[in-house]
Amino acid sequence: MTTLDSSKEIQKNNSEVNETHEDFRMFGLITFLIADGMTFAGFFAAYLTYKAVNPLPDGAIYELELPIPTLNTILLLVSSATFHKAGKALLKDKNSDSQKWLFVTAFLGIIFLICQLFEYFHLPFGLTDNLFASTFYALTGFHGLHVTLGTLMILIIAWQSRINGGRLTSQNMFPLEAVELYWHFVDGIWVILFIILYLL
Amino acid sequence: MTISIDPQKTNNESLQPKGWLRYFSFSLDHKVIGIQYLVCGFLFYLIGGTLASAIRIELASPMSDFMPRDVYNQVLTLHGTIMIFLWIVPVVNGAFGNYLIPFYVGARDMAFPRLNAVAFWLIPPSGLMLVASYFVEGAAQAGWTAYPPLSITTPQSGQIIWILSVLLLGGSSIFGGINFIATIIKLRRPGLKLMQLPMYCWAMLGTSILVVLSTPVLAGTLILLSFDIIANTGFFNPVLGGNVVVYQHLFWFYSHPAVYIMVLPAFGLVSEILPVHARKPLFGYTTMVFSIMGIVVLGLVVWAHHMFTSGTPPWMRLFFTIATAFIAVPTGIKFFNWVATLWGGKISINSAMLFSCGFIINFVFGGITGVALAQVPFDIHVHDTYFVVAHFHYIVYGGTVFIIFSSIYHWFPKVTGKMLNEKLGILHFIITFIGFNLCFAPQHWLGLNGMPRRVAEYDPQFQFVNQISSLGALLMAISTIPFLINVFISVRNGKDAGDNPWNALTPEWLTSSPPPVENWEGEAPLVEEPYGYGLEISEQT
Repeated sequence: MTTLDSSKEIQKNNSEVNETHEDFRMFGLITFLIADGMTFAGFFAAYLTYKAVNPLPDGAIYELELPIPTLNTILLLVSSATFHKAGKALLKDKNSDSQKWLFVTAFLGIIFLICQLFEYFHLPFGLTDNLFASTFYALTGFHGLHVTLGTLMILIIAWQSRINGGRLTSQNMFPLEAVELYWHFVDGIWVILFIILYLL
Repeated sequence: MTISIDPQKTNNESLQPKGWLRYFSFSLDHKVIGIQYLVCGFLFYLIGGTLASAIRIELASPMSDFMPRDVYNQVLTLHGTIMIFLWIVPVVNGAFGNYLIPFYVGARDMAFPRLNAVAFWLIPPSGLMLVASYFVEGAAQAGWTAYPPLSITTPQSGQIIWILSVLLLGGSSIFGGINFIATIIKLRRPGLKLMQLPMYCWAMLGTSILVVLSTPVLAGTLILLSFDIIANTGFFNPVLGGNVVVYQHLFWFYSHPAVYIMVLPAFGLVSEILPVHARKPLFGYTTMVFSIMGIVVLGLVVWAHHMFTSGTPPWMRLFFTIATAFIAVPTGIKFFNWVATLWGGKISINSAMLFSCGFIINFVFGGITGVALAQVPFDIHVHDTYFVVAHFHYIVYGGTVFIIFSSIYHWFPKVTGKMLNEKLGILHFIITFIGFNLCFAPQHWLGLNGMPRRVAEYDPQFQFVNQISSLGALLMAISTIPFLINVFISVRNGKDAGDNPWNALTPEWLTSSPPPVENWEGEAPLVEEPYGYGLEISEQT
C-alpha cells in the first residue's frame, strides 16, 4: 500500500526494501478526464447528428439569447485564471492569499450556476417540448453537474488550505493541482459546448 | 515528486481478516481482488448458464411451452447481460488482470489499490440488482442491446434497473481500465522496458484504452435512454421526433469495442500459456504488439457493421465493410503467430494446452464467420438470425471462455499451491469442446435458412437441428460438473505444486505459491526474456 501523503519521506527501519516510485495520481486523473470527455463527446455527437438529420417542426425553432451564456463563458474563463492565481500563491507559501483566490473561484462557479438556472427559468421551452429542448437541457445539465461538483471540491480544498492545521501546503500541492486540472477541463468543455450549442 | 513505501506500513496483513474471510473484505491486495473477481464472475456464469439452459429447453420444441413468451424475453436479456457484463468482462479483465499485471510489471500492487477494491465491490450489488429485477415487475425484455423503441415500450421498472446496473458495471470497468493503464505505464520496475513485458500486459493496455475511450459513451447513451423512459423525453423515441439510429450508433460505439474488451485479454492469456506448454518462445513478439494496437485503433472505427440493415447510407456501408475486413489482418497475424509458436514445440498435452488449442480452432471459425458478416450483401441476408448467434458464441464462448478455463488450469497451482487433477481436466475439456460445437455449429445452418434470433417459437422444420443444439447445451451444462468437482477436491487434497510446476519464465512463477502479500520476499526480479524457452540450447548447438 502506498502512503498517500507524499510530503513525508518516511524513514525505513528495514533498509532491505527501500522502494520509491513516481507520483502517478495526476496520470490517473488525466485518464479519468479523457473518459469523462468521451461522455461529452458522445452527447455532442448525438446533438450534431440530430441537428443534421432530424429537422424540427415549424414553430419549434428558437434562437437562443446570447447575453447570459456569453457572461457565463467569461465567468468560467476568469475563474480558471483565479484558480491559477491560487496555485501560484500556494507555491509561494502564501496560504491566506491562496485561500482568498480559491473562494473567488468558487464564488464565480456559484454565479455561473445561478446564471444557468436563471436562463433555464426564462427559456420558452421545457425538457420534453422537442428534440432540441431535450438535448439542450441534457448537455447543459450534465455540464452544470460537473460545475457543481467542481465548486464543492474547490470549497473543500479552500477549507484544507487554512493556515493552521490545513493539509494543503506548498509541499502537498496535489489536491489543488487535481481540482485545478478538473476545473480547467470543465471550462474547456463549456467553451466547446458554447460554440456547438449557442453559436452553430 | 516521489512516493515512498514504508515496509512496516505496507505489511497491512494484520489489518485485514485472515484466511477465507479476506475474500469478503474490502481488501487492497491485488491477488485477493483478482480471486474475488474470478469467484464472483463464476457464480454469475452459473446463473447465466442456467438461463441459457432454460433458453435451449424452450427451443427444443417449436411452440413456447416451457415458459411464457415475455418470460423468455426476460431470460434471454438477463442471459446476455449477465454473461457479458458480469462474467466475461470482469473475469478476463478484472480477475486475471488484477492477479497477473502487478507480477508482470514487477510491482507489489496495482497503481491505485483503493480504486481497485471499489471497482470490484461495484460488481456484486449491481449483479444482484439485475437478477433481482426479475422479481420486481419482470426483468428487462429488450435484449442486452436495449434497442429503443422496444426498451421504451416494454415495462419500465425492469429496464430502469437494467440501465442502473449496467451503468454501475461500466463505472467499475472504467475504474479498472484507469488502474491498468497507470500500472502498466507508470508502475513498471526500473529497468523493465515496454517491449520486454509479457504479452498479456500489452493486451490489457490495449483493452484498457478501449475501455476508457468507449465505455463512457455507453454511459451517456444509457443516461439519455433513461430520460426517455422516466422523463418522457424523445431522444430515441420516433413518436416524439427522436432518432433510434442515433442510439444504435452510440451503443455500438461502445459495444463493438466491447467485443475486443472481451477477446483481447484472451489473446494475451493464450500468448502466455502456449509458450510455456510448447517450450518455445512466443513467435513474433513485435508483430503481436503491433497487431494488438492495430486492433485497438481499428476496433474503434468499425461499429456500424452491426447496423447494415438500419438504413445506413452506402458510403457508410462501404467504409465499415472495408474497416472490418482490415481487422482480419492483425487478428490473422496473431493466429498464425500462435500456430508458429506451437510448430515444432515440445508440446505437453494437458488441460491448459487443450483448452488453448480448442480456443484457436473455435476462434478461427468465429473469425471466418465474422469476416463473412462484415460483407453487406451477406449480412443483410443473415442479419438477426441464428447465424449471428452462432458467430458471437464462437468468439465469446469458444474463444474467451475456453481461455478462461485454460487460464484457470494454468494458474491454479500459483494461486493455491495445489495442482488440479489432469484426468478430470481432460474430461472437462472433451465434454466442453464436443458440447460447444454440437450446440453452436448447427446454428449456422439455422441462421442461413432463416431462423430469427430472440424468438420462443419457430417453424417446425427447424425442430431437429434445434434439438441437436439443445443436446450440445446439455453437454455444456454437464461439463461444469467435473470442473467444479476438480476445483473443490484439488484445493484441499490436490498434489503439491511447488513454486513453478510448469518451469515457466514469466515473473509470477519466480515467487512462492501462493505468493506472499507483497508478491516477493525481496526485490522484484527483472525478467528481460519472459519467453526465453529453449534459447540456451540453441545457442550451444
